[in-house]
Amino acid sequence: MIVFEKPKSLTDAEFHYCPGCTHGIIHRLVARAIDNLGIEGRTIGVAPVGCAVMAYDYFACDMVEAAHGRAPAMATGIKRSLPDNIVFTYQGDGDLASIGMAETVHSAARNENITIIFVNNAIYGMTGGQMAPTSLPGQVTQTSPYGRDVKVTGYPVRICEMLATLDGPEFIARVAVNNVKNVKNAEKVIEKAFRNQVEGKGFSLVEVISACPTNWGMTPDNALKWIDEKMIPYYPLGVYKDRSAKEESQNDK
Amino acid sequence: MSEKVLMKGNEAIAEAAIRAGCMHYFGYPITPQTELAAYMAKKMPKIGGVFLQAESELAAINMVYGVAATGKRVMTSSSSPGVSLKQEGISYIAGSDLPALIVNVQRGGPGLGGIQPSQAYYFQATKGGGHGDYHIIVLAPNSVQEMADLTALSFDLADKYRMPSMLLADGTLGQMMEPVILPEKSNNSVEKPWAVTGTEGKRKHNIVNSLYLKPDILEKVNFERYERYKEVEKNEVRYESFMMDDAEFCVVAFGIAARISKNAVIAARKEGIKVGLIRPITLWPFPKKPLADAADQVKGFVSVELSMGQMIEDINLAISCKKPVILCNRAGGMIPSPEQVLESIKALGGNK
Amino acid sequence: MTNKLIIAGFGGQGVLFAGKFLAYKGLLENRQVSWLPSYGPEMRGGTANCSVILSDDPIGSPIISKPDVLIAMNLPSLDKYEDEVVSGGMIIVDSTLIERKVKRSDVKVFYVPATKMAQEINAPTLANMILVGKFIKETGAVGYENLEDTLKKIISARHQDLYSINLNAINKGYNF
Repeated sequence: MIVFEKPKSLTDAEFHYCPGCTHGIIHRLVARAIDNLGIEGRTIGVAPVGCAVMAYDYFACDMVEAAHGRAPAMATGIKRSLPDNIVFTYQGDGDLASIGMAETVHSAARNENITIIFVNNAIYGMTGGQMAPTSLPGQVTQTSPYGRDVKVTGYPVRICEMLATLDGPEFIARVAVNNVKNVKNAEKVIEKAFRNQVEGKGFSLVEVISACPTNWGMTPDNALKWIDEKMIPYYPLGVYKDRSAKEESQNDK
Repeated sequence: MSEKVLMKGNEAIAEAAIRAGCMHYFGYPITPQTELAAYMAKKMPKIGGVFLQAESELAAINMVYGVAATGKRVMTSSSSPGVSLKQEGISYIAGSDLPALIVNVQRGGPGLGGIQPSQAYYFQATKGGGHGDYHIIVLAPNSVQEMADLTALSFDLADKYRMPSMLLADGTLGQMMEPVILPEKSNNSVEKPWAVTGTEGKRKHNIVNSLYLKPDILEKVNFERYERYKEVEKNEVRYESFMMDDAEFCVVAFGIAARISKNAVIAARKEGIKVGLIRPITLWPFPKKPLADAADQVKGFVSVELSMGQMIEDINLAISCKKPVILCNRAGGMIPSPEQVLESIKALGGNK
Repeated sequence: MTNKLIIAGFGGQGVLFAGKFLAYKGLLENRQVSWLPSYGPEMRGGTANCSVILSDDPIGSPIISKPDVLIAMNLPSLDKYEDEVVSGGMIIVDSTLIERKVKRSDVKVFYVPATKMAQEINAPTLANMILVGKFIKETGAVGYENLEDTLKKIISARHQDLYSINLNAINKGYNF
């Protein structure tokens, strides 16, 4: 009996991610969701600029490579061109919450029927560890060497809380992948975000709190603990918006 | 054949695009091209097409990038400041070898500039515009009829050579009405096996991408792309030659400047001055050879431009600086008069 | 033959519409035509003008620096364009709104109280078409036949009740 196998929606290419990075886990969860829903043949993925820039080599479905922050706009074009296909973006915090904020907010406001996987590791990884829009107050990075000073740089952006205020989006949730329980839950939530699109429900975004031991300057183990101790208190996990579930529960009453 | 109708240049582009099978339009409001977007907004929902007003020019061009990746005909339009914003996306589309149409109904600049007609985006359009080594095909209409005809051609050329094309018009051509016979419906017949449409489990995944981290590979891709550009330069140069047979002087102008220049050439001929006009229709590829040939025949050139002088550099290059080239220009939204062009012809020595 | 006409006035006076009518009339007579509006962030009620060229030969520039004919529908327009009209050209003035006389003596001038006439025929917005009627009469730039065919091109069938009042206005101007 096979208890574990590589999802079909991943290619055989070797990941380039650093040791202890949780991008690999998130890739696998996305690929499993695609496998489980049987949509690999009609899925088109949009890779970001950032650590996941080469995601187009890892996912076995058709892939495109967007400009920094523009993945939701590109996904909008693809989805409007091919409404029966399944379109997802995979973006980091710099990409989605900084340079691409306008595209993020407006694709949500339009309720584009796409799925966004938002990997929040509170740092710019690919460029070597600069402060991200989601870096925590006091967090030391290459461009906040004395710790993020909120008087100078302002405060982190909580994407889920912000997008949940919009009427547009269907589904907004935050998960983490720092322990088995959280990974199991993340898998369910990510699959739901894809299923929503299959069912035509609309914009579904899953923020995944992810570890970057290399740029955080921690051991992989300590990085996973740091998520529990620092990240999750600032970015609480949970479902921030689920329009269909809300409507169903209202119909039940 | 279609009936002759009176249409604004901006509307003629929109209708011609639809007839060329373009069912996807993304844009952001800006004067003086708004009629184009308005036409699309009205028409697209009725014919099952897509009109979407994007949140920015950046978003619009990246929506175009997305549709282009799926292999369908797609366009955006804007005016100068908006086209600057699109340059990032145009570079990506060129770097991913995708066809798409970008329309620039030019207005005065730099910065926010003004809203009156201009040709100050010649450099931006013909020299790449965004980052990296690349070209786009640039077509310069000079009438409402050409706004329609060159729109159809832009899509064909973009598909044929897998590269973006640009229609470089200006506020006058966008706003004016002239009779136009709209092109017949045509269809994109080029196979696009590279398009992302879903593998359906039948093929290896397609990747639309402009990233090559290995420099030797990126170099190879660039060299291959420039081989394709050579084909474009060989096959696709278009220009109009007017009264050049016995010309001793040559006026060079495109778009609206060429129409003004034509009046000046006719006026000069009435005064006995032997002058002709070469009107580049493709700005890239630039009609180098006709100009080089003209350099062996004429005593000098006048470059008539609604800018501080941009095309004049390409004229000098095309003729290897063999003959004098003088600039006749207005800028900032002002338009040279035929009288001003005539003065320049005379200043060149056409004053017998 | 080439006719170069500038129609100028306030936004809302139907300056662009009048120009479009003449351009379409020319088109239906198989002449070469161009129509170029002023455009800009002008406020409603601000100045508006359009340049119309009707020609038997291909039209070079659609921009008119020296019009053969000026139709001036307000004082700022007469002030702006009076000196630009070619010698021997023509100026048609809405004399209801413009109190002064044309200063030049080398052009033909027609004073038509178009705004007042439009009110008299219960078509207060059609001073423009009264002036168009006068223009047709005095220049012969386009024919006086088949006017309704032209109106049908620029007024949709939904508003066909407007055909007769437009025709009436043109007629009034033509016979003034």
